[in-house]
Amino acid sequence: MTPIDGNLQNEGQGPLARLSAALEAGLAALFAGFMNSLEVLVRPIERRLGMERIGYFFVLPNLLIFGVFVLFPMLLNFYISFTSGTEIYPQDRNFVGFGNYEFLFDCENVFEPNSCNEDLFWRGVFNTIFFVVVQVSGMVLVSLVTALVLNGKIRARGFFRSVFFYPVLLSPVVVALIWKWILQRDGVLNSLLIALGGDRVQFLVNADWAMLWVIVISIWALMGFYTLILLAGLQAIPAELYEAGQIDGTGRWQSFRFITMPLLMPTMFVVLVLSLIRAVQVFDQVYALTGGGPGTTTHFIVQYIYTVGFSNTIKRFGLAAAASVLLGATLLVLTLLQLRAARSNESG
Amino acid sequence: MRQIAMVAVLATLVLVLALPGMAQDVVELRMTWYTDGNEDEVMRDLLDRFEMENSDIRVVMDNVPYQAGILEALPVQLEAGEGPDMARVTNLGGLANFYLDMSPWLSDPAYWEDSFGGTLGWLRLAGDTMGIHGFPTQLTITGPIINRTLFEQAGVAVPSDASDQVSWEEWAAAANEVADALDIPFPMAMDRSGHRFAGPAISMGAQYFDDEGHPVVAGDEGFRAMAELFVNWHLDGTMPLEIWAANTGYAGANEEFGNSQVVFYMSGSWQVGQFTDQIGDAFDWEVVPNPCGAGGCTGMPGGAALVAIGDTEHPEEVTRVMEYLASEEILGEFSARTLFIPAHKGLATTGVDFETDLDLAMNALVTFTAQVGTLEQTAFDLQAYPNSRIVFDASRDRLTQAIVGELTLDEAIERIQEDIDEQLAELMDG
Repeated sequence: MTPIDGNLQNEGQGPLARLSAALEAGLAALFAGFMNSLEVLVRPIERRLGMERIGYFFVLPNLLIFGVFVLFPMLLNFYISFTSGTEIYPQDRNFVGFGNYEFLFDCENVFEPNSCNEDLFWRGVFNTIFFVVVQVSGMVLVSLVTALVLNGKIRARGFFRSVFFYPVLLSPVVVALIWKWILQRDGVLNSLLIALGGDRVQFLVNADWAMLWVIVISIWALMGFYTLILLAGLQAIPAELYEAGQIDGTGRWQSFRFITMPLLMPTMFVVLVLSLIRAVQVFDQVYALTGGGPGTTTHFIVQYIYTVGFSNTIKRFGLAAAASVLLGATLLVLTLLQLRAARSNESG
Repeated sequence: MRQIAMVAVLATLVLVLALPGMAQDVVELRMTWYTDGNEDEVMRDLLDRFEMENSDIRVVMDNVPYQAGILEALPVQLEAGEGPDMARVTNLGGLANFYLDMSPWLSDPAYWEDSFGGTLGWLRLAGDTMGIHGFPTQLTITGPIINRTLFEQAGVAVPSDASDQVSWEEWAAAANEVADALDIPFPMAMDRSGHRFAGPAISMGAQYFDDEGHPVVAGDEGFRAMAELFVNWHLDGTMPLEIWAANTGYAGANEEFGNSQVVFYMSGSWQVGQFTDQIGDAFDWEVVPNPCGAGGCTGMPGGAALVAIGDTEHPEEVTRVMEYLASEEILGEFSARTLFIPAHKGLATTGVDFETDLDLAMNALVTFTAQVGTLEQTAFDLQAYPNSRIVFDASRDRLTQAIVGELTLDEAIERIQEDIDEQLAELMDG
């Protein structure tokens, strides 16, 4: 194309299109300039390191951030778990070996928190185990049912998918405040109950109700995320399999049991492990909703760590760090299980 | 034209180069503050006036929430050496390790000793008798506030109208009678605070310390007597579970009292300003004398103090700000506008002309002030004990467990003692 042709072509376009073309050309030039200058910078390093090792250079910034903000604090936490006192800097703290761990495990009967030296730690442990078992089971079940419904041919499917996902976008504190407004003594739910002739229920100060609502709210807040993952898994199952099943005369239950479930199992496992890890770390939402109460009914292990390390008048960093290490070890085991299962799925 | 342009460019250059130098002459100080009522606005106004007279100092107020900012974050900041230059605190002795002794920079240290007397000791470490670290922004006294309108509507006599010495049981019976008559949800409420619980416990005979000065509640009959009453009041519905059982840390019943849902509210003098603003004369709220028991009729003294922080890089400037704020004229204005009882002897003598037309507020302040003389020595000793907050927090958290049935009362008291001993041991460990 000659320049004259080009000019003629430009004359045929509007000012907006010309501006857009100019902008595009400018950006292309800028990008080329940037890449050239990057090449000038990287080429000598590449020559020095060799093509095979240049990859390390590119991951270095991220590794540094990981090292400074994740690895170093983890190692520091590990060291602090072997110290005592209220001093904040490691060099000022007293080394006590496994003293903090021994203190946490000092129990007559580990299943009876009142018999333990640090009863609040064990209350946190048992509350967390109960929460994890019930919440994760409920979460997987509700998410699966919702995904199956949303995968079917229903009206306004897109709308419903958005509706179920919406709570995931909310901050946990906002979720807690919304539900507190609903569940408190003079809240929406009690007003409704009274209007219908019922009695007021102390949802957040009765131990059984409080734990139930903490679990229900947590499922409501997060199920959209897991539903979305399961929905993706369901849509990856080839439709031909169901068609073949229909030809063979399988019913809906048989289709679900022999086609859907086996093929959805890897996705289910991802959902299970992700929700398990998240459930073990439960804190912010519950802290804003019940403060761990009534008493210590919804006092979970992360709240124990926060209280001992930061909230109490005397900050027992060593004890909090030891509890964190134990929590971290639990999460590590769960993550390793996920990795192992993922690998066996890939190979199998 | 060219000359004018040159002059303009030169003038701009001179200005640009001079600005950083000028900025460097202004010392910026940070003050961590929390507010119960309007004291943040009043303090800002006073600081603005200080800055107008002292152009070399600028004070930035960091207004933080009481629980998260003052009780939780500030101690960690101070421990890390990253604290502010000044802070308003309530854990007066517990943070004494981090305070600045302003004595070398004070123009008149005698004024501080004469004006604030023994309350300066609340800010000192054990063994320190000379350091001047700050001053109380207010003296507080815990005590009950009643909704007299509800008593009148229910046709129940206010017990303190007939006698100066009304027991806790008598108040509970009267409050229940009012609540039953008017279908009020909460006859009595108490702030979720071990400090608030301590006054009633001392009234019932609690000693809180052994002969060696170590805090002891296990085996303290007075403490147990009040704890038993208190737990039972939650079980029989005299007190709401919402305040103590369903919260963590400090919680108040201000909202419930303001909504006429509480007949008798055990709180303190710092509520006067807030109730003046939020309740006004919507109903007759009234401070009544502290109820009595075998140990007396006492509340707890306390207060908030503005302290200078030892890690400051500008001790001289900090001291200038503190001298200005602690002066009789300025502190008097602060007290008058915030409706806080001053801990300043001069102001106590001359009196503060509180800025309110509300008789209810004036009466409340008069009654609280009059109760200073009725406080038991144990109450003063407990307040002056540098680690009193350990005792208060352990009492608060373990009694909550007894209220919800996780621990028996005796187990709870045993746990309070263990918590106190363990935390003191951790503190001794450095």
